[in-house]
Amino acid sequence: MSQVDFIAPTSADQAVQALLAGGGGARPLGGGTDLLVQLRSGRLAAGLIVDLKRIPEAIGVRKVDGGFVIGAATPGIALGEHRALGLAWPGVVEAANLIGSTQVQGRASMAGNLCNASPAADSVPALVAARATCLIVGPAGRRMAPAETIVVGPGRTSLAPGEFVLEIHLPPRPLRAADAYLRSIPRTEMDIAVVGAAVNLTLDAAGIVTDAHVALGAVAPTVLLVPDAAAALVGSPLDADALARLDQAARAACRPISDKRGTAEFRTKIAGVLARRAATLAHGRAGKRV
Amino acid sequence: MSARRTHVSAIVNGDPAEFLTDPGATLLDALRDTLGLTGSKEGCGSGDCGACSVILDGRLVCSCLVLAVEAEGRRVETIEGMADGGRLHPLQQKFLEHAALQCGFCTPGLLVASKALLEVNPDPTESEARYWLAGNLCRCTGYDKIIRAVLDAAAELRQEPAKRRETV
Amino acid sequence: MTDVLERPATAPLDDGRLKVVGGRPIRPDGADKVTGKAAYGADFALPGMLVGKVKRSPHAHARIVSIDTRRARAVPGVKAIVTAADFPDLASEEYEAGESASNLRDLAHNVMARDKALYDGHAVAAVAATSSAAADEALALIDITYEVLPHVIDIEAAMAPDAPLLHPHLFTAGLAARPDRPSNIAKRNEITRGDLTEGFAEADVIVEGRYTTAAVHQGYIEPHACVATFAADGQAQVWSSSQGQFMIRAYCAKLLGLDSSNIRVTPAEIGGGFGGKTTVYLEPLALALSRQCGAPVKMVMTREEVFRATGPTSGAVMTVKLGAKADGTITAADVVLKYQAGAFPGSPVGAGSMTALACYDIPNFSIVGHDVVTNSPKVAAYRAPGAPIAAFAVESAVDDLALKLGMDPIAIRMKNAVRDGTKAAYGPTYRDIGYVETLEAIADHPHYAAPLGPGQGRGVAAGFWFNIGGESTAAVNLSEDGSAVVITGNPDIGGSRASMAMMAAEVLGLPMEKVRPIVADTASIGFSMLTGGSRTTFATGMAVIQAAQKVVEDLKARGAMLMDVAKDQVAFIDGAVVCLDPAKGKGDLTIAAIAAKSAQTGGPIGAQVSLTAQGAGPGFGVHVCDVEVDPETGHVTVLRYTAAQDVGKAIHPAYVEGQVQGGVAQGVGWALNEEYVFGADGRMDNAGFLDYRVPVASDLPMIDTVLVEVANPRHPYGAKGVGEVPIVPPLAAVANAVRAAIGKRLTDLPLSPPKIRAAIDAR
Repeated sequence: MSQVDFIAPTSADQAVQALLAGGGGARPLGGGTDLLVQLRSGRLAAGLIVDLKRIPEAIGVRKVDGGFVIGAATPGIALGEHRALGLAWPGVVEAANLIGSTQVQGRASMAGNLCNASPAADSVPALVAARATCLIVGPAGRRMAPAETIVVGPGRTSLAPGEFVLEIHLPPRPLRAADAYLRSIPRTEMDIAVVGAAVNLTLDAAGIVTDAHVALGAVAPTVLLVPDAAAALVGSPLDADALARLDQAARAACRPISDKRGTAEFRTKIAGVLARRAATLAHGRAGKRV
Repeated sequence: MSARRTHVSAIVNGDPAEFLTDPGATLLDALRDTLGLTGSKEGCGSGDCGACSVILDGRLVCSCLVLAVEAEGRRVETIEGMADGGRLHPLQQKFLEHAALQCGFCTPGLLVASKALLEVNPDPTESEARYWLAGNLCRCTGYDKIIRAVLDAAAELRQEPAKRRETV
Repeated sequence: MTDVLERPATAPLDDGRLKVVGGRPIRPDGADKVTGKAAYGADFALPGMLVGKVKRSPHAHARIVSIDTRRARAVPGVKAIVTAADFPDLASEEYEAGESASNLRDLAHNVMARDKALYDGHAVAAVAATSSAAADEALALIDITYEVLPHVIDIEAAMAPDAPLLHPHLFTAGLAARPDRPSNIAKRNEITRGDLTEGFAEADVIVEGRYTTAAVHQGYIEPHACVATFAADGQAQVWSSSQGQFMIRAYCAKLLGLDSSNIRVTPAEIGGGFGGKTTVYLEPLALALSRQCGAPVKMVMTREEVFRATGPTSGAVMTVKLGAKADGTITAADVVLKYQAGAFPGSPVGAGSMTALACYDIPNFSIVGHDVVTNSPKVAAYRAPGAPIAAFAVESAVDDLALKLGMDPIAIRMKNAVRDGTKAAYGPTYRDIGYVETLEAIADHPHYAAPLGPGQGRGVAAGFWFNIGGESTAAVNLSEDGSAVVITGNPDIGGSRASMAMMAAEVLGLPMEKVRPIVADTASIGFSMLTGGSRTTFATGMAVIQAAQKVVEDLKARGAMLMDVAKDQVAFIDGAVVCLDPAKGKGDLTIAAIAAKSAQTGGPIGAQVSLTAQGAGPGFGVHVCDVEVDPETGHVTVLRYTAAQDVGKAIHPAYVEGQVQGGVAQGVGWALNEEYVFGADGRMDNAGFLDYRVPVASDLPMIDTVLVEVANPRHPYGAKGVGEVPIVPPLAAVANAVRAAIGKRLTDLPLSPPKIRAAIDAR
């Protein structure tokens, strides 16, 4: 790893310039919990590491226009400490807080998790179900893009040369809306998700689902936003029938592989199980948010 | 060949520390090989075992996942700074009393991680302690005596708040 | 929580009034270990030290056609490069230096491949350079031409007649006639008793099962590390994290063609071993590199190298058939074990065969074992080598038998239990064993009667390990102020240093703080067999006790001299020499008082004892485990675990509990999640702690222990080895609990969620 150079810009524009100058070998650095592992194993070669953590907008959680803005290099543990964020988006926060160990939590960021583009990333299903958008900064200026458009394949993003994610935006929350994220791992901690399921629900005063988003992780090359699964819930009181249809829709959408972490058959079954359980969890939480 | 070495100024265990490092070297490399602080251990180099745990600007991290250059201007606390001169921290003392170490290799990381736990949660339940420490692998003890030592130290620290608080 | 249950003491020195032994003093090396000061292998540095690294085969099986190091030698900073050509070509020779005999030629070829790479990760060259970057660059520039060969890792595939052959001159040993064709079956062993056919004919009930396990690694958190330095006069020094400095000296002498007297090995503190550090990997390479360039060389493995290139233990395929009468008496047992040896012969199938039925008194049985080579890393010892694997199969079958008979699992084991006077399945007659007491301890434990909820199940399993004695040397020297130093040659992997000090302190009548133990290098203490086989507290402890007793005899003689009385007129009581005749009016003389005058009474006071300890007591364990299974995800939660073990005498109960808890944790990991995964190309797929899943703190509950003390009268304080027994029962204890929870038997470890979910779906 001693071929790399390092720079810590103090503004987003400086970071863009550094990334452009570094060309194909330049990498933005958030928490480093993926980047350093990949550099050490030789999976990635870098010429220049551009640290984002000294850019003011890249760290911190801010309430803006009823929604939230999360700096790209904000560590997961800081999200868990933010009370209002946890109340509005318990699913997003719990997903981010499942990444790795407490030590990894002290560094790893959701934007880093997203841009690492692993099919099994924990924060991504929750961000997608939350309809999160990303503020991208690059040579052509700033643009917003939905979270699910960032990842195009395992390890590949849609970001152009010189571009990086500076902020993640979460939309304002209506009343009686809540989300949840569950994952299946062999141990109780420390594992990459074998399956991840995020459900984001909005209820009316009678407890009927008026809006739903369901996203699945680790069952396809990228996170799957499953409209059929959401449709199974909308208009229902989340009864057994709706949950059964949700289970079926979730399973039908899966395109998993078999690998050392799980078989395709297992992943498909568990996707249905976790979708049901996450929906139930989100429903219970939403009912309390008035 | 290798990039130009970088000068880093940081505060390590309360004292100013300056060193030169390759930009690609980790904080763990710098602590062990350059500063001679070999208490933090490399068990895996990939952030999966916690043996390299340190506290960076108040946050528990794996030093193998931090570049040495990222420590510029920051505070680093390692196992070597845990005792107060010759006086062991209650966690260190309880680990000894409970026989919470066998080979001792994971012990520095576990002590640093436990200290970080008690700083955010002075009264953890057994489950909270286990989940917080899940990133610190121990192959010798089965964790039983470690958890007992941590909960016992927590109880002791709650009883004497004025005496034992660390200041860095 | 721990209970200690005792029979009346029958050990020679245990008079029931022990002052130190049986207590829980703080370990003497503790302060250094909790402050980060203790020096492990990678913590050493010497001036001018080079970085050594290893180039490893990326192929599971390949002929090494050529190795060209010219481009690598040209890298600035590279000072030495070695390949097999730099080591003597050894003849095949069985040599005992480690925990069991090794074939020196195989060991040499494992340390550095000659002619063939036999597994992904096999060392093919090594370099020493002035920096890590230079060493990496040099490794990349070593040009190796391989002829890739078909590989085989699956055991039964390796046994098939058309399997790719690893060794063209390997003919199965242990058969009636030497076969005319080579094979991957290195050895077949057999233990029989009685008449199997008759035994099964007598049975009212028969159970049969086929059981499979995967290779698992010892998983010590500290990677292998050493520093070696070779002086111009041919004298070498090695610092290494190892279970045996004398073993390192012996192997390095042979592998490099040196005299033992020219190698001095200092044991660093060791970050876990569990048997995996009872052999050499880096030390011969570091020595060879240092010899070539004259500078010290440090070599530290990465975690990936530890997994790819150091011994896991065997994966196995096993069949067990048991027959029993309606009252639970087992009449016949037919066990076949096929163990994976890795690239060279030497799996622990022999020990697995000997221990498989060791808990049972069965009149008719056959145990057949096969040692099978495969294109995977050469296996190394792992805590009771071979026994946990066989116990998984046998204890699962016994559980099925109990179910079929409607018998309680403890009751069926009690019915067939070995006792004092029983002839063990592996030969000797048991004496002073505590197996029945251990079964009773579990049967009587509140855990066994605790209610279970839905989706929960309880499993019981028993286990056995021989424990060994062997050669040890210890010295006890007194200082002028009457304090003592205890010197041994056994690396401390679990707190044995404390036990040595405790036993010496007990004999000398001194407080612990006045007795300092040290672990010395090969030049500073007489020979000791390595730390392993649960032998240190037993055998080295015996040497310590005898040395301390010699010191006591010397103190009595000097005390009598100072008192001017005859030697038979004094006794040694509570750390002082006491005149037995009060009429003489002589005051007691403490050790300190006598030591202060040692020059006048004959010189420095000390003694050294070398012995071969006999009479090691075997150990038995009985475990009970409760699990809850999530029927939709297949996830297993271990709710509660209690382990009872016959420990003889717990010299330091906290460290004995620790050994039990640690072994249980490893066994639980082995049962639920740990396994070597190989790709179709024969390369290890999960060579890291992310995907090689050892238990983390949140995976386990508190582990309750019951220390059953049935004294071993052949140890002065009654100690039996304790470290290995605890890993033997958990595999079946967990598997039996899962069976109870889901109503279906799984016979393939690990019991990962996909397998459990599939079993539930197939019900």
